[in-house]
Amino acid sequence: MKRLLTLLVVMLAVSPVAAIDTGKAFDDPVLQARYEKLISEVRCLKCQNQSIKDSNVFLAADLRREIRRLIAEGKTDPEILDFLVTRYGEFALYRPRTTGKTLILWLAPFLLVLFGGFAMFRVLSHRMSMPLDDEIAVTADKGSSE
Amino acid sequence: MSRYVLPLLAVIALILFLMVGLKRGDPRALPSPFIGKPAPQFELPTLKDPSATIGSQDLEGNLALVNVWATWCVGCRAEHPFLLELAAKDSIPIYGINWRDTRPEALRWIDQLGDPYIASGFDGSGRVGIDWGVYGAPETFLVSADGVVLHKHLGPLSKESWESDFVPLINGGGAAQ
Repeated sequence: MKRLLTLLVVMLAVSPVAAIDTGKAFDDPVLQARYEKLISEVRCLKCQNQSIKDSNVFLAADLRREIRRLIAEGKTDPEILDFLVTRYGEFALYRPRTTGKTLILWLAPFLLVLFGGFAMFRVLSHRMSMPLDDEIAVTADKGSSE
Repeated sequence: MSRYVLPLLAVIALILFLMVGLKRGDPRALPSPFIGKPAPQFELPTLKDPSATIGSQDLEGNLALVNVWATWCVGCRAEHPFLLELAAKDSIPIYGINWRDTRPEALRWIDQLGDPYIASGFDGSGRVGIDWGVYGAPETFLVSADGVVLHKHLGPLSKESWESDFVPLINGGGAAQ
């Protein structure tokens, strides 16, 4: 058991560290923060349920390198996201921007809540107007006794 | 009776959505944002001669294929015979972008398997691949004579995909967009 635990601890310690270039990209903490935020919001196109921050596929590494380059060149965040979207489409962003094409993504949750609320209201108000079970029982009793 | 109409419609709508979703084919395949737009500008050293270059201006004036390939890519090996077949027919110029590869390995590949390309650009760093929105080789772009991307094919080319996806666009004179 102890050996197993040791093995587990060793495995947990080794794998993520070896995988990804976790070193600091920028000395300036502001730039570093922007970089970290950007790479956590960009989808790795090769491994589509990971961000390029989490993936060590070479394409993710390439995209990280490009983002580092663009930040170093003084590009703004919207410009960098634009760079990615013109090449890979809106799908590359985990938080798609609100444009005509992606509007439905942003509105759908609210529409669904509205629709669900309306349906619930209809059903409940219908049920509220129905007689309660014991009322039915009472009237039924009266009916039978008469 | 009417109380069943709404749920029934909802279920039918759900079934329709699911059917469309299932029929969509490879869910990992992304539509290229370049379709109908000018192909990205590029210039690369050629695979065979690092001092020579190949770039956008070489593609101009002809309908052309741009095939992104690499020696580590299994799908590229699968489609290679078909590319050779296409090249032998001499119907359309094929340009290669050797993506994220090493020169010696790529040269050996061309040597052993044959060379369907007019020329291949060597993109060892993957920089041009990113400009073209490449995320997995093989990818094949059909580029019109005036430099507009007409179609992008993901994965290995085959006779079937060629005839269903490329031929109609080629016969359309590249004016389909």
